[in-house]
Amino acid sequence: MDFLIEPLQYSFMIRGLLGGLIAATACATLSAFVVWRGMSFMGDALAHSVLPGIVVAYMLGISLLWGALGAAAFVVVGIGIISSRGKLKEDTAIGVVFTGFFALGILMLSRVATFSDLSHILFGNILGVTRQDLFLMAVVTITVVVVTFFSYKEIVTASFDPAHATAIGLSPSLVRYIVLTMLALTTVVAIQTVGVVLVLALLVTPGAAASLVSRRLRNIIGLSLILAAAATIFGFYGSYYLDLSSGPSIVLALTIEFLICSVIGWMKRHRRPPPSIRRSE
Amino acid sequence: MSPSVFSGFGYGGTCDLPPDSHDLALRCRDLSHRYPGNTADVLENVSLEVQPGERVALVGPNGAGKSTLLKLILGIERLDRGDIAVYGHPATHCLHRVAIVPQRSTVDWNFPVTVRQVVMMGRYVHLGWFKRPTKADHEAVDSAMETMEISDLAGRQVGELSGGQQQRVMLARTLAHDADLLLLDEPLNHVDFKTQELIFHTLEEVTIRENKAVIVSTHDLGVLTVHFNRAIFLDRKIIADGVPDEVLTPDTIAEAYGFEFHKDYHPWTS
Repeated sequence: MDFLIEPLQYSFMIRGLLGGLIAATACATLSAFVVWRGMSFMGDALAHSVLPGIVVAYMLGISLLWGALGAAAFVVVGIGIISSRGKLKEDTAIGVVFTGFFALGILMLSRVATFSDLSHILFGNILGVTRQDLFLMAVVTITVVVVTFFSYKEIVTASFDPAHATAIGLSPSLVRYIVLTMLALTTVVAIQTVGVVLVLALLVTPGAAASLVSRRLRNIIGLSLILAAAATIFGFYGSYYLDLSSGPSIVLALTIEFLICSVIGWMKRHRRPPPSIRRSE
Repeated sequence: MSPSVFSGFGYGGTCDLPPDSHDLALRCRDLSHRYPGNTADVLENVSLEVQPGERVALVGPNGAGKSTLLKLILGIERLDRGDIAVYGHPATHCLHRVAIVPQRSTVDWNFPVTVRQVVMMGRYVHLGWFKRPTKADHEAVDSAMETMEISDLAGRQVGELSGGQQQRVMLARTLAHDADLLLLDEPLNHVDFKTQELIFHTLEEVTIRENKAVIVSTHDLGVLTVHFNRAIFLDRKIIADGVPDEVLTPDTIAEAYGFEFHKDYHPWTS
Protein backbone atom coordinates (compact mmCIF):
# COMPACT_ATOMS: atom_id res chain seq x y z
CA MET A 1 0.00 0.00 0.00
CA ASP A 2 2.83 2.37 0.85
CA PHE A 3 3.99 1.89 -2.69
CA LEU A 4 0.74 3.39 -3.97
CA ILE A 5 0.30 6.06 -1.31
CA GLU A 6 3.86 7.37 -1.10
CA PRO A 7 3.70 9.54 -4.25
CA LEU A 8 0.43 11.10 -3.13
CA GLN A 9 1.90 12.98 -0.16
CA TYR A 10 2.88 15.79 -2.52
CA SER A 11 0.07 18.01 -3.77
CA PHE A 12 1.58 18.30 -7.26
CA MET A 13 1.49 14.51 -7.47
CA ILE A 14 -2.18 14.40 -6.53
CA ARG A 15 -2.89 17.07 -9.13
CA GLY A 16 -1.00 15.00 -11.69
CA LEU A 17 -3.00 11.86 -10.99
CA LEU A 18 -6.31 13.74 -11.00
CA GLY A 19 -5.38 15.56 -14.21
CA GLY A 20 -4.47 12.28 -15.86
CA LEU A 21 -7.72 10.62 -14.84
CA ILE A 22 -9.73 13.63 -16.04
CA ALA A 23 -8.03 13.52 -19.44
CA ALA A 24 -8.55 9.76 -19.62
CA THR A 25 -12.27 10.24 -18.94
CA ALA A 26 -12.70 12.78 -21.74
CA CYS A 27 -10.78 10.65 -24.24
CA ALA A 28 -12.48 7.38 -23.35
CA THR A 29 -15.93 8.98 -23.61
CA LEU A 30 -15.29 9.87 -27.23
CA SER A 31 -12.99 7.01 -28.13
CA ALA A 32 -15.72 4.66 -29.38
CA PHE A 33 -17.08 7.38 -31.68
CA VAL A 34 -13.60 8.25 -32.93
CA VAL A 35 -13.03 4.57 -33.79
CA TRP A 36 -16.43 3.82 -35.34
CA ARG A 37 -16.97 7.12 -37.14
CA GLY A 38 -13.43 6.89 -38.49
CA MET A 39 -12.27 10.21 -37.04
CA SER A 40 -8.80 9.21 -35.85
CA PHE A 41 -7.03 11.21 -38.53
CA MET A 42 -9.15 14.22 -37.59
CA GLY A 43 -8.20 13.81 -33.93
CA ASP A 44 -4.52 13.65 -34.79
CA ALA A 45 -4.78 16.71 -37.05
CA LEU A 46 -6.57 18.65 -34.31
CA ALA A 47 -3.96 17.78 -31.71
CA HIS A 48 -1.10 18.85 -33.93
CA SER A 49 -2.66 22.03 -35.23
CA VAL A 50 -3.34 23.58 -31.81
CA LEU A 51 0.41 23.82 -31.19
CA PRO A 52 0.76 27.48 -32.29
CA GLY A 53 -1.97 28.39 -29.79
CA ILE A 54 -0.11 26.58 -27.01
CA VAL A 55 3.09 28.44 -27.85
CA VAL A 56 1.33 31.80 -27.79
CA ALA A 57 -0.08 30.98 -24.34
CA TYR A 58 3.42 29.94 -23.23
CA MET A 59 4.83 33.27 -24.41
CA LEU A 60 2.07 35.17 -22.61
CA GLY A 61 2.70 33.14 -19.46
CA ILE A 62 -0.92 31.99 -19.12
CA SER A 63 -2.20 28.42 -18.81
CA LEU A 64 -1.33 26.53 -21.98
CA LEU A 65 -4.88 25.19 -21.99
CA TRP A 66 -6.25 28.62 -22.87
CA GLY A 67 -3.99 28.78 -25.91
CA ALA A 68 -4.97 25.27 -26.96
CA LEU A 69 -8.68 26.03 -26.51
CA GLY A 70 -8.46 29.17 -28.64
CA ALA A 71 -6.58 27.38 -31.38
CA ALA A 72 -9.00 24.45 -31.28
CA ALA A 73 -12.00 26.75 -31.85
CA PHE A 74 -10.17 28.22 -34.83
CA VAL A 75 -9.35 24.76 -36.19
CA VAL A 76 -12.91 23.42 -35.90
CA VAL A 77 -14.23 26.37 -37.91
CA GLY A 78 -11.39 25.83 -40.41
CA ILE A 79 -12.31 22.15 -40.87
CA GLY A 80 -15.93 23.18 -41.41
CA ILE A 81 -14.93 25.60 -44.17
CA ILE A 82 -12.58 23.10 -45.81
CA SER A 83 -15.14 20.29 -45.85
CA SER A 84 -17.97 22.46 -47.22
CA ARG A 85 -16.10 24.45 -49.88
CA GLY A 86 -13.03 22.43 -50.77
CA LYS A 87 -12.36 20.89 -54.15
CA LEU A 88 -9.92 18.38 -52.66
CA LYS A 89 -10.99 15.43 -50.54
CA GLU A 90 -11.40 16.45 -46.94
CA ASP A 91 -8.56 14.41 -45.44
CA THR A 92 -6.14 15.71 -48.06
CA ALA A 93 -7.02 19.33 -47.33
CA ILE A 94 -6.78 18.75 -43.57
CA GLY A 95 -3.44 16.99 -44.00
CA VAL A 96 -2.01 19.92 -45.95
CA VAL A 97 -3.29 22.72 -43.73
CA PHE A 98 -2.63 21.22 -40.35
CA THR A 99 0.85 19.87 -40.88
CA GLY A 100 1.55 23.51 -41.79
CA PHE A 101 0.15 24.67 -38.44
CA PHE A 102 2.19 22.04 -36.60
CA ALA A 103 5.40 23.11 -38.36
CA LEU A 104 4.66 26.74 -37.52
CA GLY A 105 4.12 25.76 -33.88
CA ILE A 106 7.42 23.85 -33.72
CA LEU A 107 9.35 26.79 -35.21
CA MET A 108 7.72 29.25 -32.79
CA LEU A 109 8.43 26.90 -29.91
CA SER A 110 12.08 26.46 -30.81
CA ARG A 111 12.58 30.24 -30.62
CA VAL A 112 11.05 30.73 -27.18
CA ALA A 113 11.17 27.48 -25.19
CA THR A 114 13.88 25.38 -23.59
CA PHE A 115 14.35 21.78 -24.68
CA SER A 116 12.62 20.49 -21.57
CA ASP A 117 9.56 22.66 -22.16
CA LEU A 118 9.53 21.51 -25.76
CA SER A 119 9.50 17.87 -24.79
CA HIS A 120 6.78 18.49 -22.18
CA ILE A 121 4.52 20.09 -24.77
CA LEU A 122 5.18 17.44 -27.40
CA PHE A 123 5.13 14.40 -25.12
CA GLY A 124 3.19 15.55 -22.07
CA ASN A 125 4.05 16.13 -18.44
CA ILE A 126 1.55 14.70 -16.03
CA LEU A 127 3.41 16.17 -13.05
CA GLY A 128 3.26 19.71 -14.41
CA VAL A 129 -0.52 20.10 -13.94
CA THR A 130 -1.24 23.33 -12.03
CA ARG A 131 -4.27 24.07 -9.88
CA GLN A 132 -5.64 26.32 -12.64
CA ASP A 133 -5.05 23.62 -15.28
CA LEU A 134 -6.88 21.11 -13.16
CA PHE A 135 -9.92 23.36 -12.83
CA LEU A 136 -10.05 24.05 -16.57
CA MET A 137 -9.56 20.38 -17.45
CA ALA A 138 -12.40 19.40 -15.14
CA VAL A 139 -14.78 21.97 -16.64
CA VAL A 140 -13.95 20.91 -20.20
CA THR A 141 -14.26 17.20 -19.41
CA ILE A 142 -17.61 17.64 -17.67
CA THR A 143 -18.80 19.53 -20.76
CA VAL A 144 -17.67 16.70 -23.05
CA VAL A 145 -19.31 14.00 -20.93
CA VAL A 146 -22.60 15.90 -20.50
CA VAL A 147 -22.91 16.86 -24.17
CA THR A 148 -22.08 13.32 -25.31
CA PHE A 149 -24.59 11.86 -22.87
CA PHE A 150 -27.39 14.16 -23.99
CA SER A 151 -26.77 13.84 -27.71
CA TYR A 152 -25.97 10.12 -27.59
CA LYS A 153 -28.98 8.97 -29.61
CA GLU A 154 -28.47 11.72 -32.18
CA ILE A 155 -24.77 10.87 -32.64
CA VAL A 156 -25.58 7.17 -33.00
CA THR A 157 -28.39 7.82 -35.50
CA ALA A 158 -26.40 10.20 -37.70
CA SER A 159 -23.35 7.90 -37.62
CA PHE A 160 -25.28 4.77 -38.55
CA ASP A 161 -27.63 6.21 -41.17
CA PRO A 162 -27.17 9.86 -42.22
CA ALA A 163 -29.99 9.60 -44.80
CA HIS A 164 -32.46 8.59 -42.11
CA ALA A 165 -31.15 11.34 -39.84
CA THR A 166 -31.84 13.92 -42.56
CA ALA A 167 -35.25 12.39 -43.19
CA ILE A 168 -36.27 12.94 -39.58
CA GLY A 169 -34.94 16.50 -39.58
CA LEU A 170 -31.71 15.76 -37.72
CA SER A 171 -28.90 17.35 -39.69
CA PRO A 172 -25.84 15.05 -39.95
CA SER A 173 -23.59 18.07 -40.34
CA LEU A 174 -24.86 19.54 -37.07
CA VAL A 175 -24.04 16.23 -35.37
CA ARG A 176 -20.65 16.27 -37.04
CA TYR A 177 -19.93 19.72 -35.65
CA ILE A 178 -20.93 18.59 -32.17
CA VAL A 179 -18.62 15.57 -32.32
CA LEU A 180 -15.82 17.66 -33.82
CA THR A 181 -16.10 20.28 -31.08
CA MET A 182 -16.09 17.60 -28.37
CA LEU A 183 -13.08 16.02 -30.07
CA ALA A 184 -11.24 19.35 -30.10
CA LEU A 185 -11.99 19.96 -26.40
CA THR A 186 -10.85 16.44 -25.51
CA THR A 187 -7.65 16.83 -27.46
CA VAL A 188 -6.85 20.02 -25.60
CA VAL A 189 -7.34 18.32 -22.22
CA ALA A 190 -5.26 15.29 -23.14
CA ILE A 191 -2.33 17.30 -24.44
CA GLN A 192 -1.45 18.09 -20.82
CA THR A 193 -0.84 14.46 -19.90
CA VAL A 194 0.29 12.75 -23.10
CA GLY A 195 1.39 15.68 -25.24
CA VAL A 196 0.58 16.77 -28.78
CA VAL A 197 2.22 13.85 -30.51
CA LEU A 198 0.69 11.02 -28.49
CA VAL A 199 -2.88 12.33 -28.01
CA LEU A 200 -4.05 10.11 -30.84
CA ALA A 201 -3.24 7.00 -28.79
CA LEU A 202 -5.45 8.10 -25.91
CA LEU A 203 -8.26 8.92 -28.39
CA VAL A 204 -8.09 5.72 -30.41
CA THR A 205 -6.59 2.86 -28.42
CA PRO A 206 -9.14 2.57 -25.57
CA GLY A 207 -12.07 2.39 -28.02
CA ALA A 208 -10.21 0.06 -30.37
CA ALA A 209 -9.21 -2.31 -27.56
CA ALA A 210 -12.72 -2.31 -26.08
CA SER A 211 -14.24 -2.99 -29.51
CA LEU A 212 -12.25 -6.22 -29.70
CA VAL A 213 -13.94 -7.49 -26.54
CA SER A 214 -17.49 -6.16 -26.96
CA ARG A 215 -19.70 -5.12 -29.85
CA ARG A 216 -22.15 -3.06 -27.80
CA LEU A 217 -21.54 0.67 -27.89
CA ARG A 218 -22.36 1.26 -24.23
CA ASN A 219 -20.04 -1.54 -23.13
CA ILE A 220 -17.32 -0.26 -25.44
CA ILE A 221 -17.53 3.20 -23.87
CA GLY A 222 -17.58 1.77 -20.34
CA LEU A 223 -14.60 -0.50 -20.98
CA SER A 224 -12.74 2.37 -22.69
CA LEU A 225 -13.10 4.39 -19.48
CA ILE A 226 -11.60 1.57 -17.41
CA LEU A 227 -8.76 0.93 -19.85
CA ALA A 228 -7.82 4.60 -20.18
CA ALA A 229 -7.90 5.14 -16.42
CA ALA A 230 -5.78 2.02 -15.77
CA ALA A 231 -3.19 3.09 -18.33
CA THR A 232 -3.05 6.58 -16.83
CA ILE A 233 -2.47 5.21 -13.33
CA PHE A 234 0.28 2.97 -14.69
CA GLY A 235 1.90 5.92 -16.48
CA PHE A 236 1.65 8.03 -13.34
CA TYR A 237 3.46 5.57 -11.07
CA GLY A 238 5.92 4.80 -13.84
CA SER A 239 6.89 8.44 -14.06
CA TYR A 240 7.29 8.68 -10.26
CA TYR A 241 9.26 5.51 -9.50
CA LEU A 242 11.16 4.90 -12.71
CA ASP A 243 11.51 8.53 -13.77
CA LEU A 244 9.81 7.67 -17.09
CA SER A 245 8.20 10.30 -19.25
CA SER A 246 4.45 10.16 -18.44
CA GLY A 247 3.08 10.39 -22.00
CA PRO A 248 4.96 7.46 -23.50
CA SER A 249 4.34 5.32 -20.38
CA ILE A 250 0.58 5.89 -20.65
CA VAL A 251 0.59 5.13 -24.36
CA LEU A 252 2.68 2.00 -23.93
CA ALA A 253 0.33 0.78 -21.20
CA LEU A 254 -2.60 1.36 -23.59
CA THR A 255 -0.84 -0.63 -26.29
CA ILE A 256 -0.29 -3.53 -23.88
CA GLU A 257 -3.99 -3.38 -22.93
CA PHE A 258 -4.85 -3.49 -26.62
CA LEU A 259 -2.78 -6.66 -27.06
CA ILE A 260 -4.45 -8.28 -24.05
CA CYS A 261 -7.89 -7.34 -25.41
CA SER A 262 -7.08 -8.78 -28.81
CA VAL A 263 -6.09 -12.09 -27.18
CA ILE A 264 -9.35 -12.08 -25.16
CA GLY A 265 -11.31 -11.25 -28.30
CA TRP A 266 -9.61 -14.06 -30.19
CA MET A 267 -10.42 -16.55 -27.43
CA LYS A 268 -14.05 -15.39 -27.30
CA ARG A 269 -14.43 -15.90 -31.03
CA HIS A 270 -12.89 -19.35 -31.03
CA ARG A 271 -14.67 -20.78 -28.01
CA ARG A 272 -18.04 -20.96 -29.78
CA PRO A 273 -19.09 -20.30 -33.36
CA PRO A 274 -19.62 -16.58 -33.96
CA PRO A 275 -23.26 -15.47 -34.21
CA SER A 276 -22.75 -14.45 -37.86
CA ILE A 277 -22.55 -18.13 -38.85
CA ARG A 278 -25.78 -19.03 -37.07
CA ARG A 279 -28.08 -17.32 -39.49
CA SER A 280 -31.72 -18.18 -39.33
CA GLU A 281 -32.10 -18.46 -43.09
CA MET B 1 -25.79 17.39 -48.79
CA SER B 2 -28.15 18.67 -46.11
CA PRO B 3 -29.82 22.02 -46.76
CA SER B 4 -28.50 23.68 -43.64
CA VAL B 5 -26.56 22.86 -40.53
CA PHE B 6 -29.27 24.46 -38.46
CA SER B 7 -32.18 22.52 -39.91
CA GLY B 8 -31.29 20.00 -37.19
CA PHE B 9 -32.91 22.20 -34.58
CA GLY B 10 -36.33 21.50 -36.06
CA TYR B 11 -36.00 17.81 -35.40
CA GLY B 12 -38.47 16.31 -32.94
CA GLY B 13 -40.90 19.20 -33.01
CA THR B 14 -44.58 18.32 -33.12
CA CYS B 15 -46.19 18.15 -36.54
CA ASP B 16 -48.82 20.86 -36.28
CA LEU B 17 -49.99 20.60 -39.87
CA PRO B 18 -53.50 19.15 -39.84
CA PRO B 19 -53.79 15.70 -41.43
CA ASP B 20 -56.16 16.23 -44.32
CA SER B 21 -57.49 13.00 -45.77
CA HIS B 22 -58.56 14.75 -48.96
CA ASP B 23 -55.04 15.77 -49.81
CA LEU B 24 -52.92 13.82 -52.21
CA ALA B 25 -50.20 11.77 -50.54
CA LEU B 26 -47.70 13.25 -52.97
CA ARG B 27 -47.86 15.91 -55.65
CA CYS B 28 -44.81 16.79 -57.73
CA ARG B 29 -45.04 19.59 -60.27
CA ASP B 30 -42.48 20.22 -63.01
CA LEU B 31 -39.48 18.91 -61.09
CA SER B 32 -36.12 19.41 -62.68
CA HIS B 33 -32.83 18.71 -61.00
CA ARG B 34 -29.19 18.94 -61.95
CA TYR B 35 -26.23 17.93 -59.78
CA PRO B 36 -23.51 20.58 -59.44
CA GLY B 37 -20.83 20.16 -62.09
CA ASN B 38 -23.05 18.12 -64.43
CA THR B 39 -24.09 19.36 -67.83
CA ALA B 40 -27.38 17.47 -68.08
CA ASP B 41 -30.42 17.36 -65.84
CA VAL B 42 -30.93 14.13 -63.93
CA LEU B 43 -34.67 14.87 -63.82
CA GLU B 44 -36.58 16.85 -66.44
CA ASN B 45 -40.09 18.24 -65.94
CA VAL B 46 -41.34 15.39 -63.80
CA SER B 47 -44.93 15.77 -62.63
CA LEU B 48 -46.83 13.10 -60.75
CA GLU B 49 -49.54 12.60 -58.18
CA VAL B 50 -49.91 9.72 -55.73
CA GLN B 51 -53.14 9.00 -53.87
CA PRO B 52 -53.27 7.61 -50.33
CA GLY B 53 -53.49 3.82 -50.49
CA GLU B 54 -51.53 3.51 -53.74
CA ARG B 55 -48.60 1.09 -54.12
CA VAL B 56 -46.34 2.58 -56.75
CA ALA B 57 -43.27 1.02 -58.34
CA LEU B 58 -40.70 3.46 -59.65
CA VAL B 59 -38.87 1.63 -62.43
CA GLY B 60 -35.96 2.62 -64.60
CA PRO B 61 -32.32 1.92 -65.42
CA ASN B 62 -29.39 3.00 -63.25
CA GLY B 63 -28.93 6.75 -63.38
CA ALA B 64 -32.55 7.32 -64.34
CA GLY B 65 -33.07 9.60 -61.36
CA LYS B 66 -35.09 7.24 -59.14
CA SER B 67 -33.02 7.86 -56.02
CA THR B 68 -32.80 11.56 -56.78
CA LEU B 69 -36.58 11.81 -56.97
CA LEU B 70 -36.93 10.10 -53.57
CA LYS B 71 -34.25 12.35 -52.05
CA LEU B 72 -35.98 15.43 -53.42
CA ILE B 73 -39.29 14.34 -51.93
CA LEU B 74 -37.61 13.99 -48.52
CA GLY B 75 -35.67 17.21 -48.82
CA ILE B 76 -32.32 15.39 -48.53
CA GLU B 77 -31.42 16.92 -51.89
CA ARG B 78 -32.28 20.54 -52.49
CA LEU B 79 -34.84 21.19 -55.22
CA ASP B 80 -33.72 23.23 -58.26
CA ARG B 81 -37.04 23.83 -60.00
CA GLY B 82 -40.63 22.72 -59.44
CA ASP B 83 -42.49 22.04 -56.27
CA ILE B 84 -43.29 19.05 -54.09
CA ALA B 85 -46.06 18.63 -51.57
CA VAL B 86 -46.53 15.69 -49.20
CA TYR B 87 -50.12 15.67 -47.95
CA GLY B 88 -50.44 19.26 -49.06
CA HIS B 89 -47.25 20.59 -47.47
CA PRO B 90 -43.53 20.63 -48.26
CA ALA B 91 -42.05 17.38 -46.93
CA THR B 92 -39.57 19.21 -44.70
CA HIS B 93 -42.53 20.77 -42.87
CA CYS B 94 -44.06 17.45 -41.89
CA LEU B 95 -41.30 14.91 -41.45
CA HIS B 96 -43.57 12.76 -39.32
CA ARG B 97 -45.58 11.81 -42.37
CA VAL B 98 -42.84 10.59 -44.69
CA ALA B 99 -40.20 7.91 -44.07
CA ILE B 100 -37.51 6.27 -46.16
CA VAL B 101 -35.71 2.94 -46.37
CA PRO B 102 -32.47 4.24 -47.87
CA GLN B 103 -30.21 2.40 -50.27
CA ARG B 104 -28.01 -0.11 -48.48
CA SER B 105 -24.81 1.66 -49.46
CA THR B 106 -25.61 4.85 -47.53
CA VAL B 107 -25.76 3.01 -44.20
CA ASP B 108 -22.68 2.30 -42.07
CA TRP B 109 -23.48 -1.34 -41.27
CA ASN B 110 -20.34 -1.75 -39.15
CA PHE B 111 -21.36 0.89 -36.65
CA PRO B 112 -22.12 -0.93 -33.38
CA VAL B 113 -25.89 -0.70 -32.91
CA THR B 114 -28.41 -3.37 -32.00
CA VAL B 115 -31.50 -4.25 -34.02
CA ARG B 116 -33.72 -2.74 -31.35
CA GLN B 117 -31.76 0.53 -31.35
CA VAL B 118 -32.12 0.83 -35.13
CA VAL B 119 -35.87 0.23 -35.04
CA MET B 120 -36.15 2.78 -32.22
CA MET B 121 -34.52 5.37 -34.53
CA GLY B 122 -37.85 5.40 -36.36
CA ARG B 123 -39.42 6.89 -33.22
CA TYR B 124 -36.86 9.70 -32.83
CA VAL B 125 -38.82 11.89 -35.25
CA HIS B 126 -41.45 12.08 -32.51
CA LEU B 127 -38.92 12.60 -29.70
CA GLY B 128 -36.24 15.10 -30.62
CA TRP B 129 -33.33 16.30 -28.51
CA PHE B 130 -33.00 15.30 -24.85
CA LYS B 131 -36.13 13.14 -24.79
CA ARG B 132 -35.97 9.46 -23.86
CA PRO B 133 -38.29 6.90 -25.48
CA THR B 134 -41.58 6.46 -23.62
CA LYS B 135 -43.58 3.28 -23.05
CA ALA B 136 -45.61 4.03 -26.19
CA ASP B 137 -42.38 4.26 -28.22
CA HIS B 138 -41.21 0.89 -26.90
CA GLU B 139 -44.56 -0.66 -27.77
CA ALA B 140 -44.42 0.73 -31.30
CA VAL B 141 -40.93 -0.76 -31.69
CA ASP B 142 -42.07 -4.15 -30.35
CA SER B 143 -44.99 -4.30 -32.74
CA ALA B 144 -42.87 -3.23 -35.75
CA MET B 145 -40.30 -5.94 -34.96
CA GLU B 146 -43.07 -8.50 -34.61
CA THR B 147 -44.54 -7.55 -38.00
CA MET B 148 -41.15 -7.97 -39.67
CA GLU B 149 -40.50 -11.21 -37.71
CA ILE B 150 -37.26 -9.99 -36.15
CA SER B 151 -38.29 -9.94 -32.47
CA ASP B 152 -35.81 -12.75 -31.70
CA LEU B 153 -32.97 -10.65 -33.19
CA ALA B 154 -33.65 -7.57 -31.00
CA GLY B 155 -30.38 -7.73 -29.06
CA ARG B 156 -28.15 -8.62 -32.02
CA GLN B 157 -25.78 -6.24 -33.77
CA VAL B 158 -27.17 -5.25 -37.19
CA GLY B 159 -23.73 -5.75 -38.72
CA GLU B 160 -23.91 -9.48 -37.93
CA LEU B 161 -27.17 -10.08 -39.80
CA SER B 162 -27.76 -11.29 -43.35
CA GLY B 163 -28.78 -8.82 -46.06
CA GLY B 164 -32.40 -9.93 -45.87
CA GLN B 165 -32.54 -9.58 -42.10
CA GLN B 166 -30.96 -6.12 -42.31
CA GLN B 167 -33.59 -5.02 -44.83
CA ARG B 168 -36.33 -6.24 -42.46
CA VAL B 169 -34.80 -4.13 -39.70
CA MET B 170 -34.92 -1.08 -41.96
CA LEU B 171 -38.56 -1.67 -42.87
CA ALA B 172 -39.40 -2.23 -39.18
CA ARG B 173 -37.82 1.16 -38.45
CA THR B 174 -40.05 2.72 -41.12
CA LEU B 175 -43.11 1.06 -39.59
CA ALA B 176 -42.12 2.39 -36.14
CA HIS B 177 -41.86 5.86 -37.66
CA ASP B 178 -45.56 5.46 -38.52
CA ALA B 179 -45.40 7.69 -41.60
CA ASP B 180 -48.23 8.03 -44.13
CA LEU B 181 -45.95 8.05 -47.17
CA LEU B 182 -43.30 5.31 -47.31
CA LEU B 183 -40.37 5.59 -49.70
CA LEU B 184 -38.22 2.51 -50.32
CA ASP B 185 -35.05 2.92 -52.35
CA GLU B 186 -34.07 -0.39 -54.01
CA PRO B 187 -35.24 -2.48 -51.02
CA LEU B 188 -35.05 -5.75 -52.96
CA ASN B 189 -31.30 -5.80 -53.62
CA HIS B 190 -29.46 -8.63 -51.82
CA VAL B 191 -32.68 -9.83 -50.25
CA ASP B 192 -33.74 -13.46 -49.93
CA PHE B 193 -37.06 -14.64 -51.34
CA LYS B 194 -38.74 -15.04 -47.95
CA THR B 195 -37.87 -11.48 -46.94
CA GLN B 196 -39.05 -10.18 -50.31
CA GLU B 197 -42.43 -11.82 -49.78
CA LEU B 198 -42.61 -10.43 -46.24
CA ILE B 199 -41.80 -6.91 -47.48
CA PHE B 200 -44.52 -7.07 -50.15
CA HIS B 201 -47.04 -8.54 -47.75
CA THR B 202 -46.34 -5.76 -45.22
CA LEU B 203 -46.60 -3.05 -47.86
CA GLU B 204 -49.94 -4.48 -48.99
CA GLU B 205 -51.17 -4.45 -45.39
CA VAL B 206 -50.27 -0.81 -44.75
CA THR B 207 -51.71 0.42 -48.04
CA ILE B 208 -54.96 -1.54 -47.85
CA ARG B 209 -55.64 -1.41 -44.11
CA GLU B 210 -54.15 1.92 -43.12
CA ASN B 211 -54.50 3.77 -46.44
CA LYS B 212 -50.83 4.72 -46.49
CA ALA B 213 -49.05 5.43 -49.77
CA VAL B 214 -45.94 3.50 -50.80
CA ILE B 215 -43.34 4.25 -53.47
CA VAL B 216 -40.73 1.59 -54.17
CA SER B 217 -37.84 2.16 -56.55
CA THR B 218 -36.66 -1.01 -58.23
CA HIS B 219 -35.11 -2.31 -61.42
CA ASP B 220 -36.69 -5.71 -60.98
CA LEU B 221 -39.46 -5.82 -63.58
CA GLY B 222 -40.64 -9.28 -62.51
CA VAL B 223 -42.30 -8.10 -59.31
CA LEU B 224 -44.35 -5.30 -60.85
CA THR B 225 -47.55 -6.94 -62.00
CA VAL B 226 -48.12 -9.00 -58.86
CA HIS B 227 -47.30 -6.58 -56.09
CA PHE B 228 -48.04 -3.05 -57.29
CA ASN B 229 -51.16 -1.33 -58.48
CA ARG B 230 -49.23 1.28 -60.41
CA ALA B 231 -45.88 1.50 -62.18
CA ILE B 232 -44.00 4.61 -63.25
CA PHE B 233 -41.23 4.20 -65.81
CA LEU B 234 -38.66 6.87 -65.23
CA ASP B 235 -35.66 7.78 -67.32
CA ARG B 236 -35.01 11.43 -66.51
CA LYS B 237 -38.61 12.06 -67.48
CA ILE B 238 -41.67 9.94 -67.04
CA ILE B 239 -41.90 7.49 -69.94
CA ALA B 240 -44.99 5.63 -68.86
CA ASP B 241 -47.35 5.72 -65.91
CA GLY B 242 -50.25 3.40 -65.20
CA VAL B 243 -51.37 -0.11 -64.27
CA PRO B 244 -48.29 -2.39 -64.41
CA ASP B 245 -49.79 -4.74 -67.02
CA GLU B 246 -50.42 -1.86 -69.40
CA VAL B 247 -47.18 -0.06 -68.70
CA LEU B 248 -44.97 -3.10 -69.06
CA THR B 249 -44.82 -3.20 -72.86
CA PRO B 250 -41.82 -3.94 -75.08
CA ASP B 251 -41.91 -0.33 -76.26
CA THR B 252 -41.67 1.29 -72.84
CA ILE B 253 -38.99 -1.16 -71.74
CA ALA B 254 -37.00 -0.44 -74.87
CA GLU B 255 -37.35 3.28 -74.29
CA ALA B 256 -36.35 3.06 -70.65
CA TYR B 257 -33.53 0.57 -70.96
CA GLY B 258 -32.38 1.51 -74.46
CA PHE B 259 -32.51 -1.90 -76.11
CA GLU B 260 -34.96 -3.88 -78.20
CA PHE B 261 -36.97 -6.26 -76.07
CA HIS B 262 -38.54 -9.38 -77.52
CA LYS B 263 -40.16 -12.07 -75.46
CA ASP B 264 -38.66 -14.86 -77.54
CA TYR B 265 -35.20 -13.39 -77.98
CA HIS B 266 -32.56 -15.44 -76.21
CA PRO B 267 -29.09 -13.98 -76.58
CA TRP B 268 -27.42 -17.19 -75.40
CA THR B 269 -29.05 -19.36 -78.08
CA SER B 270 -28.80 -17.12 -81.11
